[in-house]
Amino acid sequence: MIGLTHYLAVAAILFTIGVFGIFVNRKNIIVILMSIELILLAVNINLVAFSVYLHDVVGQIYAMFVLTVAAAEAAVGLAILVTFFRNRGDISVDDVSMMKG
Amino acid sequence: MALAIAFYLLAAVTVGAGFGVVSSRNPVHSVLFLILSFFSAAGLFVTMGAEFLAMLLVVVYVGAVAVLFLFVVMMLDVDFAALRQGFARYMPLGGLVAGILAIEMIVVATAVATGGTPKADTPQVYGDVSNIEAIGRVLYTDYVYFFQAAGLVLLVAMIGAIVLTLRHKPGVRRQVIVDQVARTPKTGMRVVQIKPGQGIDQ
Repeated sequence: MIGLTHYLAVAAILFTIGVFGIFVNRKNIIVILMSIELILLAVNINLVAFSVYLHDVVGQIYAMFVLTVAAAEAAVGLAILVTFFRNRGDISVDDVSMMKG
Repeated sequence: MALAIAFYLLAAVTVGAGFGVVSSRNPVHSVLFLILSFFSAAGLFVTMGAEFLAMLLVVVYVGAVAVLFLFVVMMLDVDFAALRQGFARYMPLGGLVAGILAIEMIVVATAVATGGTPKADTPQVYGDVSNIEAIGRVLYTDYVYFFQAAGLVLLVAMIGAIVLTLRHKPGVRRQVIVDQVARTPKTGMRVVQIKPGQGIDQ
């Protein structure tokens, strides 16, 4: 019998993989953005699992909003990345502090 | 029984592909692992009975976000080997933090799911309405303002991405609509008297 705990465990492992990815890929901002997507996916799994097992559909609606924000975040993040690459010629995270005004 | 097999298979693929995202050498492989992870997560949603969210995940994440990542990874000409240095150095600390975090979250989730919430043992069964209909009944009535706010977020993100990446090249002649509208016969035409056999100067 697959219960709520199983889904929560999967979401927790996926979330920590995302955090781990941010830790170990500190220089590669593309992989950092992908790790953030993984974290948001874990959050969505949590929301949908609670929504389904508590018999309340509102959790799925909230998951939809998280999905929207994740898509917007990816679009704006990658646009900033493209602009940064155009100005600098590489995407090293250590040089991003030059963007301060 | 079949549901349990499907769950364990999809969960294992989701977690394994997620680990592939953060650990592969080639960012293109990372994106492909990300797509695999999203697909498996959509399968997990289907096993829970949330079909609409599953299809949304496939359309939005796989169809838009992952392809966007793929475009950017392939478009940027970056030496990714140099970006990987420090991977081994941060590995022990990152693994330690991630392990502790995973154990903590699983323990808390188990405690909440078994003791803290009311009747969390059976998934929701939609009687006469489907999952999509149940979502639609709530989304377009009680949460219509939130729905429009989500649309606004997408609009702002779209405008922001366009503004950030739009670049005006110098030396490119563009259409100036004001000039076109303000054009009259007086400004657009010139009457020249030509004497026979001479032509005009220019």
